[in-house]
Amino acid sequence: MSQVPLSWFLVLSALLFALGVAGFLFRRNIITVFMSIELMLNAVNLSFIAFAYQHKDVSGHLFVFFVMVVAAAEAAVGLAIILTVFKNRATLNIDDISSMKD
Amino acid sequence: MDVILFLIFATIAVVAAVNVVVQSHPISSAISLIGVMGSLAVLYLLLGAEFIAAAQVIVYAGAVMVLFLFVIMLLNAGTETRQSKSETAHLLGVPALLVFALLLAYFIRSQPDSGVHFGGFTGGSAQAVGRALFTTYLLPFEVTSVLILIAIVGAIVLARKEI
Repeated sequence: MSQVPLSWFLVLSALLFALGVAGFLFRRNIITVFMSIELMLNAVNLSFIAFAYQHKDVSGHLFVFFVMVVAAAEAAVGLAIILTVFKNRATLNIDDISSMKD
Repeated sequence: MDVILFLIFATIAVVAAVNVVVQSHPISSAISLIGVMGSLAVLYLLLGAEFIAAAQVIVYAGAVMVLFLFVIMLLNAGTETRQSKSETAHLLGVPALLVFALLLAYFIRSQPDSGVHFGGFTGGSAQAVGRALFTTYLLPFEVTSVLILIAIVGAIVLARKEI
């Protein structure tokens, strides 16, 4: 067997996405939570590329391209927000940054 | 050969992703995330996405992760302190894991698989991607440039000293 089944790529993508969700839910450092979001985006990108291969269509690659652009913009703005929050609160723990909740 | 390559880099990706979640220091998480992105770039190459693989290394592993590392070092983020575990997570964790594993097993068994081999799809070159980008997806491309501009201005305004 020299060919990789396509479902293996999708299973890998699901595993990475689940790990990203776990990190997003369980971690308390706001930067690590942000990195978990990047992990989830990467997992979805792998699915897009796998389906683009199956359909022999380049559109999936374009979607991944746009996801990358949006992720870069999101990282820039999100990290600027984290910087501002840290300047005002001097903490990175998301349990301490809950003034919108109460 | 393709199977061996896939298994090697899929293992690296999963181990590094587990490391992202498990490590208590943000720097270790960031380095592990670079490992995930690098191995995913190899898998993209296997799927015939040359341009996206290069963009993955340059944009993600290069620019975005350097931004992350820079902010971690700027804020001098230390080791995360362990909090008291929540009851809901304890109760829901095992059932959620079981449901996820069952869904995965069903998914693997139910798909009529077509095999992936290197060179099976050659439409992912920079030429093909560029052609699609500047014909079919021209409007989203231009809107994206506006989005990037907004992001730059927003980041500068947020990171100024006065706020």
